[in-house]
Amino acid sequence: MFPLFFSGRGRKVAIFLKLALTLLGLGLAGNLAGAALSCALRRLSSLSRWPSVAAGAACLGYLAAGLAVLLGEGTHVVVLPMFHPLGGFSLSLDPLAAFFLCVIGLVGVAASLFGQGYLRHLKGRDLGSVGAWYNLFLLSMALVVTGANAVTFLFFWEGMALSSYFLVVSKKEDPAARQAGFVYLVMAHLGTACLVVLFLWPAAQIHSLAFARMAILWPGLPAGEKTILFLLALVGFGSKAGMVPLHVWLPRAHPAAPSQVSALMSGVMLKVAIYGLLRVVFTFLGVGPVWWGLLVLGLGVVSALLGVLYALMEHDLKRLLAYHSVENIGIILMGVGVALLARSLHLPALLMIGLLAALYHILNHAVFKGLLFLGSGSVAQATGTGDMEKMGGLIHRMPWTAGGFLVGAAAISALPPLNGFASEWLTFQALFGLGYHPVAWWSGLAGTLGVAALALTGGLAAACFIKAYGVTFLALPRSRAAEKAAEVPRSMNLGAGILAASCFVLGLFPSRVAAVLRPAVAALGGPHPPPPGSFFTLASGMGGASLSPLLLAAILVVLLLATRFWSGRMPERLSATWGCGGTLGATSEYNATSFAKPFRIAFAFLFRPVREINSGYEVSPFFRHSLHYRGEIRFLFEEYLYEPVRSFLLELADRFRQVQSGNLRTYLAYLFLTLLALLAVNNKWL
Amino acid sequence: MALTWLVIQTALYLALAPLVLGYIKKAKAYLQGRRGPDIRQPYRDLVKLWHKETVTSRTASWITRAAPLILFATTLAAAVLLPTISLASAVYLRYGDILTVIYLLATGSFFLALAGLDAGSAFGGMGSSRESLLAALLEPGILLALSVPVLTAGSTSIRRLVGASLSPAVLLLPAHLLALGAVFLAAIAETGRIPVDNPDTHLELTMIHEGMFLEYTGRPLALLNWAVQVRQLLVLTVVANLFFPWGLALVPQPVSLGLAGAVYLGKLLLLGGGLALVESVYAKLRLFRAPGFLWAISFLGLLALVSRYLFRGAH
Repeated sequence: MFPLFFSGRGRKVAIFLKLALTLLGLGLAGNLAGAALSCALRRLSSLSRWPSVAAGAACLGYLAAGLAVLLGEGTHVVVLPMFHPLGGFSLSLDPLAAFFLCVIGLVGVAASLFGQGYLRHLKGRDLGSVGAWYNLFLLSMALVVTGANAVTFLFFWEGMALSSYFLVVSKKEDPAARQAGFVYLVMAHLGTACLVVLFLWPAAQIHSLAFARMAILWPGLPAGEKTILFLLALVGFGSKAGMVPLHVWLPRAHPAAPSQVSALMSGVMLKVAIYGLLRVVFTFLGVGPVWWGLLVLGLGVVSALLGVLYALMEHDLKRLLAYHSVENIGIILMGVGVALLARSLHLPALLMIGLLAALYHILNHAVFKGLLFLGSGSVAQATGTGDMEKMGGLIHRMPWTAGGFLVGAAAISALPPLNGFASEWLTFQALFGLGYHPVAWWSGLAGTLGVAALALTGGLAAACFIKAYGVTFLALPRSRAAEKAAEVPRSMNLGAGILAASCFVLGLFPSRVAAVLRPAVAALGGPHPPPPGSFFTLASGMGGASLSPLLLAAILVVLLLATRFWSGRMPERLSATWGCGGTLGATSEYNATSFAKPFRIAFAFLFRPVREINSGYEVSPFFRHSLHYRGEIRFLFEEYLYEPVRSFLLELADRFRQVQSGNLRTYLAYLFLTLLALLAVNNKWL
Repeated sequence: MALTWLVIQTALYLALAPLVLGYIKKAKAYLQGRRGPDIRQPYRDLVKLWHKETVTSRTASWITRAAPLILFATTLAAAVLLPTISLASAVYLRYGDILTVIYLLATGSFFLALAGLDAGSAFGGMGSSRESLLAALLEPGILLALSVPVLTAGSTSIRRLVGASLSPAVLLLPAHLLALGAVFLAAIAETGRIPVDNPDTHLELTMIHEGMFLEYTGRPLALLNWAVQVRQLLVLTVVANLFFPWGLALVPQPVSLGLAGAVYLGKLLLLGGGLALVESVYAKLRLFRAPGFLWAISFLGLLALVSRYLFRGAH
């Protein structure tokens, strides 16, 4: 038996923790079994659903394990005696890890359920390897958040990156996917490199890789070193989380994966990176200077705004959703930034609100982004394309998918009473709270500027989802494929249905959710949120504010029914849409490009759009026989940050090529010289 | 008791909203030297539309049918959150906060914009696209302007906002006045009036908001128009009662309620006259000039905030 350590109160806690451990173990075993099964059954496509079933069962285990810890409020450490030279793998199930385990589990269950039906129709991918990597991906994420030392964390962090990389490139014939995978791999390893330094550098002084020791000893490090560690953590975790300007891999890699994997990558994997950031910055580094919080808040604002603006310009459904993940990571970082500032300024109540807002939005974004990606997968399967300009009218042919996507679109646009509203409301409260506490004028202004940025983000996100939903599901079909689309199998809609229901539950009962999140907030150093009441009340923030989505929903329902009843069954005549005397077709509709055009003009300073019209004519320009339009926007960071770095690296590589003669004797000489140099350094000859 | 107030407040909004529209139209006509339509004309239009046949597009889905109901319900739900004549009049005022009001209105707009795209007409799409651009750009301005009272009250709760503005020391603060200016400009944009949009036009080159209504007829159109009128009244009430809450009956007694009603009507007369004046004096901006106007609202709000941090005044 493994050595076990409990900390917590009483027998009830011990029972909850034993239960949690068992469930976690079952989950891990399920994933391993799923991976093995997938390899064994790769030739039998009729059995391809079983790895998904195993993954779903495993995720159920994760969800239950996480909930058991959050409800039992205790910490549980289990050490697996493996790889002793490196300190061994060890796992710990504290409330913070448990919360993230819940996120993994909830979205994982829905994605796996969806995957059962989806994988069967997946063309051009090796189902066996997809199933295996899918299971390993889930397994690594679960072990990253439960890892209790740096070795476990980094090992499975890398496992998470690699397994998702193989899922991204699983469409072998697609050169775009391979390129996306390459960009992803480079950015992922840039981040991992930072993290290796982050964990190993202080280890030279504190002689431990265990997280528990780090939490005790890191706060004693010199301030300069802590600043560097903070920046390393920000780059390392930020590159994985899709924080601007390290987001470039995200809109490329997420859409290339199968849809249920996209749901997990966008909904969950980014959150695992936020987990790392929270763990390191809040529990290891101790209270930092004020500019840490301002930097995170600023990066959050920039990520949110740029994410949603680029999403508006995107007409591929899955890439649009991927950009929205950048936006939502920005919103989460705003909450984290406020919490960091509050910690530096010694405002415990605000610290609690900031952390609660961030954690709540992490959960909510996982749910509605998962839902939207599953919907986009159903649409892609039914129409065979991800291009919104080729869709339209799908609400008539795929009512269930359309309903699920509408719930997701409304939730991500923060419409009450869905879950997105609850967490954005909390983020607003956190930012207002920063503006209210008279520490200094700049912190106040930072908070209220954050309010303005969040408001703009919310408005633009709503506009973007009006575009996405309207062009994909409403009006007339724009292609033959969209005309012939049919509803997807029930298991796929069931997976989306779980998440749609969660959008309602998480939105209607914010005080219950806050009560469950309480131990996780406490684990990060925040005071406990108020006990659950029938209304969600923040008495400790500024003066206090209350939110009651349930009452609001009740009033809305009453008003809706009253209006419906009162306006009666209207005698209705169906007729054609007015077409100014002509007949309307799919080509005369507003499409995604035209919908986004005013935004492109209003934000031209950012997009710097390029527009090209070529008309072909023989006699006079008024009698054209062809017309070609090309419009695109230019990407700021790609052009001014990544392109120079890339060309510099290529040039450097070119220079280095000169030392490569291809002659064996030259290489031997290099080896010999290197050996001499190393000996010289090692023996201090110089 | 609570339920009675809820019903009274809802009825008040529904009854008063067309009258306010009629008044603004009349005031505008007066300023422009015309006789203008009768002040009761909006009621007659609603009754007329209510009894007309409903024609729906063949391409439309349930979104088109649900949007008027959703817009109507969300607008009313937001409206009852705001106090009109009495602080006691809104029962769930304790749980009502200004963010909920803003996002309830956004919910209605969201479904209306979807309905604009639903029928497949280019006009509807054009209306949706333009309206969502303007709504998005207006959002930061509204919140920056509202930040001033929110930070003064230390809460987003409407009851506390009203309470904080009741203090006479607050009114003459430069921050409060600048915020009032910003919120009045925001009200112009939010109600779809010149210089951002023209409520009287159905010309495709100039219309924004009306574009989304083009495919609607009969009873759904009446509901939509009515909801938009309630929304206009709601926006004016925000300006009137959040920034100048004087005259609100603090205790629900007949005398103070009557007085409060008169004061409320007076404020609406003043604000409606202001809207009519602005509409008569200014020309409509080109669509792509409108973002500049909206950014200016944000800057005014920002200025209000900066001045709040500079001159800390009474608190």
